[in-house]
Amino acid sequence: MIIAQRKPLEEIKEMVASYEKVLVLGCGTCVAVCFAGGEKEAKLLASELRMARQMEGKSTQIIDHTIQRQCEWEFIDPIKELVASVDAVVSTACGIGVQGMAERFEDKPIFPGVNTTFLGMPVQPGEFVERCQACGDCILDLTGGVCPVARCAKSLMNGPCGGSQNGKCEVNPETPCAWQLIYDRLAKLGQLERMMEIMPAKNWSTSRDGGLRKIIREDLKL
Amino acid sequence: MSETPFEPEITAFVCQYCGDMAADSAGWNRISYPANVKIVRLPCTGKVDVHHILNAFEHGADGVYVVACPEGNCHHINGNLSAKRRVTYAKSLLDEVGVGGNRLEMFHVTAAQGDEFARIAAEMTERIRALGPSPVRRAMGKSSG
Amino acid sequence: MSGDNGKELVVGSKLERLLKAGHFVVTGELGPPQNADRSVIEKKAGYLRDAVDAVNITDNQTAVVRMCSMAVAKMLIDLGIEPIMQMTCRDRNRIAIQSDLLGAYALGVRNLLCLTGDHQSFGNHPQAKNVHDLDSITLIQMVRQMRDAKKFQCGEEIKGQEPRFFIGGAINPFADPFDFRPFRLAKKVKAGVEFVQSQLIFNVPKFREYMKRCGDLGLLDKVYILAGVGPIKSLAAARYMATSVPGMDVPQEYIDRMANAVKGIPQEDKKARREAWEREGIKICAEIIQQVKEIPGVAGVHIMAIEWESAVPEIVKEAGLLPRPKLEA
Ligand code: SF4
Ligand code: SF4
Repeated sequence: MIIAQRKPLEEIKEMVASYEKVLVLGCGTCVAVCFAGGEKEAKLLASELRMARQMEGKSTQIIDHTIQRQCEWEFIDPIKELVASVDAVVSTACGIGVQGMAERFEDKPIFPGVNTTFLGMPVQPGEFVERCQACGDCILDLTGGVCPVARCAKSLMNGPCGGSQNGKCEVNPETPCAWQLIYDRLAKLGQLERMMEIMPAKNWSTSRDGGLRKIIREDLKL
Repeated sequence: MSETPFEPEITAFVCQYCGDMAADSAGWNRISYPANVKIVRLPCTGKVDVHHILNAFEHGADGVYVVACPEGNCHHINGNLSAKRRVTYAKSLLDEVGVGGNRLEMFHVTAAQGDEFARIAAEMTERIRALGPSPVRRAMGKSSG
Repeated sequence: MSGDNGKELVVGSKLERLLKAGHFVVTGELGPPQNADRSVIEKKAGYLRDAVDAVNITDNQTAVVRMCSMAVAKMLIDLGIEPIMQMTCRDRNRIAIQSDLLGAYALGVRNLLCLTGDHQSFGNHPQAKNVHDLDSITLIQMVRQMRDAKKFQCGEEIKGQEPRFFIGGAINPFADPFDFRPFRLAKKVKAGVEFVQSQLIFNVPKFREYMKRCGDLGLLDKVYILAGVGPIKSLAAARYMATSVPGMDVPQEYIDRMANAVKGIPQEDKKARREAWEREGIKICAEIIQQVKEIPGVAGVHIMAIEWESAVPEIVKEAGLLPRPKLEA
């Protein structure tokens, strides 16, 4: 899922400082599961903003609402009237949701309430870790199901580098070295010979480097 | 104009198995505690949500505290521990807002500790009295007056 | 073109010729300054000139901004010293690297050391974006392809002069997983590396084991391996390397020797203590050189004395490696 983190209140307060009536719009999917911008978090943020603005003698017309997804028109469209009734929206969805809202409500200021951080998973309660960078050409079949693009600090195709020590990455002694993980997993799979093959220079054109990515599926078109 | 002394409004979220019973035993033993404390009784402090805490402050509480069973002694296994983590988180939010995390506290008592319950109520009342009215309440007063 | 003992020369750099002629080679290292002052280079070059056969020029080492390695390499050439230009994958993509290689060759650089590069979080611009378009192994492949197939990385033909480098790499026998390290060298050899320099060696037995395993893989006659050595400057430095530098395996024996070196010298006499430490550090380094020299497959040593380049002549002398061989023009 998409993992995000609430922005500091100070930053959000600043964004909406000149607006009277503000909607904090939560998103019920990824950001709810990672406790950054779901219904509860939207309520908390609204409450925080009301108190902070109360203390500054500013309007406390901050309401909150949450929709299931801000990355699909069918969930965004039904709240047209609600959005029309406010001066600005703080979306606690990921960057995709914020942009979905901005595209749908062209004349309404839409502000990000979270920092969209990575694609990952909760490896244990309260600990979220990156897993994929959406490189557009998945090589997990070659690397024992461990992604070197996202999980190696240098995105090496032929690791581990000389900094790998006791299973940890040189960049952060708390982070496992992705290539040690790949090595261990390939060993368990009986596929260590994969480590002996040179992986060619990666084609990054399928990644963000190639420009905006788009997928067209004729079968799904209306 | 004479200043009326500040009487803090305090909300206590208490667990029915320990905090609430401790309040009762304080009563039986005729131990008095300050009247400033409004008690919200919960089946378990694990039910205390950060949102409830912020809500209390938003509606004018000067202080809030949570009274849970001692660690390792929760009737719902670890409700008190979740409460503790949420209180810590709520403190950080209150600091961020500018209300001040020190207006919120977490305590542990057993059902029998009526005296301890009273002591906590007195301690919190004193702490909040010293801090003065919550900035939110002060602002509310201003905007209404 | 062929070397003294008939081995085919592909580039003809001094380093290649000495290695192929069977000399025990000594390389050094020069860290460019964090400013634009060329006199620093001239001074450091003075120490290294007669002590080593070729000099590595680091490429923004530890991700700290320094004078560019290509410019410094050119300065060394003008000073009559053979440079080994280092190239990392951290700051340049394949376009920038190939462009630099064309330029470096045109300026007379003939040896290239291909590295992944230290992560920028270690340096003075941790907020920088890193590149890592290639890694050390795919970089080696690319340099080799440009030279031998006269092709750019994309496969397009290089029309006209191709850049021809004697291709180097790095090895860290002490990194993990230890069992994989010889295989990683095998990958570099397969990619086209011709010489490698190792990480600093203090734990000689472990390095010997590594070399044995490389021998078992048949690598010793496919690549020239230079053992990395360096002088310890003080007791504090020894302790720091032993405990705080990952992969730096400094045996207790050397720490004790550094401690004993200042026995009897009063604390206040800082100068005498420093000199005693430096003497001992140089002595240990020379001893390690003599030990690794005996290990089959070790073709030379790479002396790393960054910010202490002045120690190099003494180390080489003490190790009995002077004078350095001269090549006929
Ligand atoms: S290889 Fe690419 S697509 Fe596959 S997990 Fe890694 S970043 Fe994601
Ligand atoms: S230590 Fe491992 S994860 Fe870290 S940069 Fe090197 S290979 Fe990648």
